[in-house]
Amino acid sequence: MIHPIPPGTRDVLPDEMRELRRLNRALIEVFEARGYGEVATPAIEYDEVLARGDGPATAGAYRFFDESGDLLALRSDMTVPIARLVSSRYAEAEMPLRLCYLASSYRAVRPQRGQMREFVQAGVELIGAPAPGGTVEVIEVLEAALDAAGLDRAVIGLGDSDLYRQLLTEFGVEGEARDSILARLASHDLVGLEQELREVEGISDEQCATCVALSQLRGGREVLEQARSMLGGAVARATARLQATYDALEERGVVDRVQIDLGLLLDLGYYSGAILEVYDPALGHILGGGGRYDELMKRFGIDQPAAGFALYLERVHVAQMEEESRRERAPS
Amino acid sequence: MTFEVAGIRAKADGPLKLAVPRGALFGETLDILDAAGVDTSGARGDSRSLIFETDGMTLVTMRPSDVPTYVEAGAADVGITGKDVLLEQADRAVYELLDLGYGRCRMVLAGRKGDARLGEAQRRLGMMRIATKYPRIAERHFESTGRQIEMIEVKGSVELAPLIGLGDGIVDLVATGRTLEENDLEVREEILECTARFVANRVAHKLRATEVDELTAKLRAASGG
Repeated sequence: MIHPIPPGTRDVLPDEMRELRRLNRALIEVFEARGYGEVATPAIEYDEVLARGDGPATAGAYRFFDESGDLLALRSDMTVPIARLVSSRYAEAEMPLRLCYLASSYRAVRPQRGQMREFVQAGVELIGAPAPGGTVEVIEVLEAALDAAGLDRAVIGLGDSDLYRQLLTEFGVEGEARDSILARLASHDLVGLEQELREVEGISDEQCATCVALSQLRGGREVLEQARSMLGGAVARATARLQATYDALEERGVVDRVQIDLGLLLDLGYYSGAILEVYDPALGHILGGGGRYDELMKRFGIDQPAAGFALYLERVHVAQMEEESRRERAPS
Repeated sequence: MTFEVAGIRAKADGPLKLAVPRGALFGETLDILDAAGVDTSGARGDSRSLIFETDGMTLVTMRPSDVPTYVEAGAADVGITGKDVLLEQADRAVYELLDLGYGRCRMVLAGRKGDARLGEAQRRLGMMRIATKYPRIAERHFESTGRQIEMIEVKGSVELAPLIGLGDGIVDLVATGRTLEENDLEVREEILECTARFVANRVAHKLRATEVDELTAKLRAASGG
């Protein structure tokens, strides 16, 4: 007899669980070895606390009243709960603070797309370490985690979340036009982007071209050179920030799998400065992401720079399986 | 046994996979690929095959409405399909890189010639019954113009619907207008104009940047953009 479970949730049976457990353990070992202590937080929190995270992706999708009439929500990521935890538990602690987690979060799904409402993330948060040093440390941990998962072909995209916000301000693009241009950039709709830009009054052809061309710049160090020749103080500042991070990564010898990507724009509202995305050639979907959230901690009452990343555990597992079977097919 | 998480399917390495739309866009798509230096002779024959290897690229032919599905999952790295398909499947996360300019057609609201039903339904019933194969585009259009409709989703020849009393009007794609003409229908409102678009998978756009950028540049030149 079949008793259904809600779409976007699933059971895990022993064969898969064994492999997931192995992956979990490998990741947590990497985090712990680098001084990141594992924490757990409740899956349900006060809606008002989670809403401080701001941005459409962090607002709780599943909200309900408890028996005393308080509005609760299921967390949609771990960064906001950890910001809450740090401000209540570690406000006076010595910084930087290194925390890691392995936890389920919950997001609304678009119907009939096989998307997960409940998904597991493994990640770290580094609180109190500014750019570029903190960013570099987080990228190093991420690389070690990918190695531990056996994803030696995985690539980390490194972008800057302030680039377009600042550039559009500089070009005098405000209000609705600005929002819809940012939305086009985030979804990488270049045709729509050009149309929107052309409709903005007082923006020059060259400024239009800069926005479009910037979003296509991705690769190694040469990308920074190309960006430097473009318009705008915002571009110069973002390039300088990326350069500092990239130089530091190079110094640490961990730059090989980092791809500079000026087209990167994440939809989480709390990012500022460096942002990250993780890809594996064996998978058409993004494995994880992260970045700096220097402003988020302020919303919880402590002024500390911070950065982190999260990997979607189930996706990493799929990539792991694909990479394994690829290695079996073509032994090197 | 394999399992699937969030609709993820594996993306193999090897040559770049290009999803090519069969149907109305097929001929012009092959022409523009030829102009961009891609050998399409294999796909032009009478072969029943769906997959064609060319120099350094694999052409995968499919229904235009399947292109976003394959590209989003990474089963195809890049693809070509109509803007109508992309708008109807707006929740598919693919990168839209280029307007190829061909396959131009209009999404319109049409009703029977000289028939006042659309207006009358709106005035007396407060809502129109609209038959369409494009429910999301139609819904967005009427919502953004502040009107309420009853949506009737059909799969086949939508022109049939108002002729025999299913719905007051239709929302459909019109290229020459001949089908409308032959069925005694006329355009009442233009909703939007559609052309063929070049799209890419998000990961392929990052990890196969050089190949994707080169093909984009060639297609841009070939489409005269």
